[in-house]
Amino acid sequence: VCVCEREREREEKQYVGFATLPNQVHRKSVKKGFDFTLMVAGESGMGKSTLVNSLFLTDLYKDRKLLNAEERINQTVEIIKHTVDIEEKGVKLKLTIVDTPGFGDAVNNNECWKPITDYIDQQFEQYFRDESGLNRKNIQDNRVHCCLYFIPPFGHGLRPVDVEFMKALHEKVNVVPLIAKADCLTPNEIKKLKDRIREEIERFGIKVYQFPECDSDEDEEFKQLDKELKECTPFAVIGSNTVVEARGQRVRGRLYPWGIVEVENQSHCDFVKLRNMLIRSHMHDLKDVTCDVHYENYRAQCIQEMTSKLAQDNRMESPIPILPLPTPDVETEKLIKMKDEELKRMQEMLNKMQQQMHEKDQ
Amino acid sequence: MAATDVDIFSNEEKRNLSLGGHVGFDSLPDQLVSKSVTQGFCFNILCVGETGIGKSTLMNTLFNTMFENEEASHYQNGVYLRPRTYDLQESNVHLKLTIVDTVGFGDQINKEDSYKPIVDYIDTQFENYLQEELKIKRSLFNYHDTRIHICLYFIAPTGHSLKSLDLVTMKKLDSKVNIIPIIAKADTISKSELHKFKIKIMSELVSNGVQIYQFPTDDEAVTEINASMNAHLPFAVVGSVEEVKVGNKTVRARQYPWGVVQVENESHCDFVKLREMLIRVNMEDLREQTHARHYELYRRCKLEEMGFKDTDPDSQPFSLQETYEAKRKEFLGDLQRKEEEMRQMFVNKVKETEAELKEKERELHDKFEQLKRMHQEEKRKVEEKRRDLEEEMNAFNRRKVAAETLSLSQPLKKDKDKKKNSAAEVI
Repeated sequence: VCVCEREREREEKQYVGFATLPNQVHRKSVKKGFDFTLMVAGESGMGKSTLVNSLFLTDLYKDRKLLNAEERINQTVEIIKHTVDIEEKGVKLKLTIVDTPGFGDAVNNNECWKPITDYIDQQFEQYFRDESGLNRKNIQDNRVHCCLYFIPPFGHGLRPVDVEFMKALHEKVNVVPLIAKADCLTPNEIKKLKDRIREEIERFGIKVYQFPECDSDEDEEFKQLDKELKECTPFAVIGSNTVVEARGQRVRGRLYPWGIVEVENQSHCDFVKLRNMLIRSHMHDLKDVTCDVHYENYRAQCIQEMTSKLAQDNRMESPIPILPLPTPDVETEKLIKMKDEELKRMQEMLNKMQQQMHEKDQ
Repeated sequence: MAATDVDIFSNEEKRNLSLGGHVGFDSLPDQLVSKSVTQGFCFNILCVGETGIGKSTLMNTLFNTMFENEEASHYQNGVYLRPRTYDLQESNVHLKLTIVDTVGFGDQINKEDSYKPIVDYIDTQFENYLQEELKIKRSLFNYHDTRIHICLYFIAPTGHSLKSLDLVTMKKLDSKVNIIPIIAKADTISKSELHKFKIKIMSELVSNGVQIYQFPTDDEAVTEINASMNAHLPFAVVGSVEEVKVGNKTVRARQYPWGVVQVENESHCDFVKLREMLIRVNMEDLREQTHARHYELYRRCKLEEMGFKDTDPDSQPFSLQETYEAKRKEFLGDLQRKEEEMRQMFVNKVKETEAELKEKERELHDKFEQLKRMHQEEKRKVEEKRRDLEEEMNAFNRRKVAAETLSLSQPLKKDKDKKKNSAAEVI
């Protein structure tokens, strides 16, 4: 007993108190509230609105008017924002859903993603200006943090429009591909389709959102869950606006003559995994990647364009406070390029060797 | 009745007579049937729908067999049609079945031209038949009829309405082929959604004037069933070749974690209705409609295009013979005219070239003359200069001689010798 007391005393003397920082952060963030902007994209009839309603357990799309087939022949893509304030256990969330009606619906869909990429760029530009302004107290962050892309389950994999869309967006926003209306696929078919889509994503060089590696000091259970989550992508989802009675409970589901599909049943679809990932564990990471990667890329590109234009026009002042970039001369640029290519080659060789070793092991 | 009585009545009127006993011509339908059975039947189905929508699976399910099929890719540059012919037999009935697939339909980003290969294919089959019909020596009874008897249009189960591509394509096809729209992969639509979906589709088709195939209701034997089936369009189908044990039976079905969708269960989907209508009840009517309506329309349009008419300006019936003659004359006249034109052109060209050559010749001649004159001029000048030079030389010599004579007159003998010498030198 003496030993314990002495231990405790020593601990108290050594205790500084910054271990409460997480609590302080928690308190402040609850007070400030959060915001999140989610974009949904895909052809009409893929169940986007139903899924959003199921995710946030609310009805964002009351009195929505759908166009006829005739009206959609030459339809252009619109951008529609719905903003709602929701609260849970004292935590406030300002949720903005960005809808893209008309995508892929016309007969000629050439560059139908342009209004969407323009919108994302506009939000970046707005933030860039605000960030560089003099009064930065109330900046509104309208940048798109995540884009859910709905792939139809009726085909054999990705279609050309899917590939083009994701490639146009993968460096501007976190793209999370989903298999829509997954209740038309048997478990075998789902597995085949997921494998096919994952292979095509890699083949076409599409950079979808990657879950961050979990820390090495997490427990095994967490690591296992994390691994399962990653192997499950793209998520095959089902949504529902209706509540049905299944196994004695009232759940969100779809009623068929041959059975009831439960949205939150993990053996029926990946809805729960998507919800957990999107809302319960990775929402903040999505925001971080948007700010640290996509937005920074945009900003750097913007500044580079501006400085090169300034150099051309021979102007001294820039409209935005920035540090002047040292413009590397042609020689150094060439050197840098050469080194880059060399690095790439070495990386490829390394990968090959690793693969060979891996095969030898097996 | 006396034979003369018959002559009084015109050829148009018919009389009904009652028979005194059993003659036996009631076997005519049976004769027809047995002839057809010996000949064998032929049926051509066109399946239009996006890649992966279930066209091949549905064909396998309908005909209860596995037609060979590789999975199509989504990355075709355009739409192309792939016909495959199979020989099937059931009881003693032979069926030559051709299934035409639309590969790549709906995959391109720009689908404005997607309908064209389909329309072209249908027209080509009509054209081939027309060519055979117009031949002098023809064998229609032996001809393998490839005209499309039915187009199954596969609608994606979005639950909202038709896609814009569906509307555009069906509008282009409805005057060329019998269309039956079906909702594919219907196990993703619940009953209430299906009801609304079907109503929306039919209303869109009607409001855009798309004519789909109506099951015939003029034959009493099938009026009732056909009328009720017409009300169920578009059929919501599910296809499967896999078998699942349900209760104590093994049926074709799709097994999900939440239940089993049975293909032949009428409360699960309309597959049985489609099979009834397409194969068991109306196959022959589809063939008839294709020949009597769609083909005739094509033929009429084609012949009108070529300049044939049924009646001339005086409303007298034209015979094909006369039209042929007229056309032939016209054609020959055209040929002659063209020949004349070409000949004329040739003559003109020759004249032109001749004229050009002459012109060139004249120019050359002129040049030559000019050069000659110049040359003479120069020569004259040179002559003048020479004469001048000679004169100068002569003058100089004279002066020289004069000067020497002067110097000689003063000194004596020595100079005389000198002079002699110098005179000799001069000479």
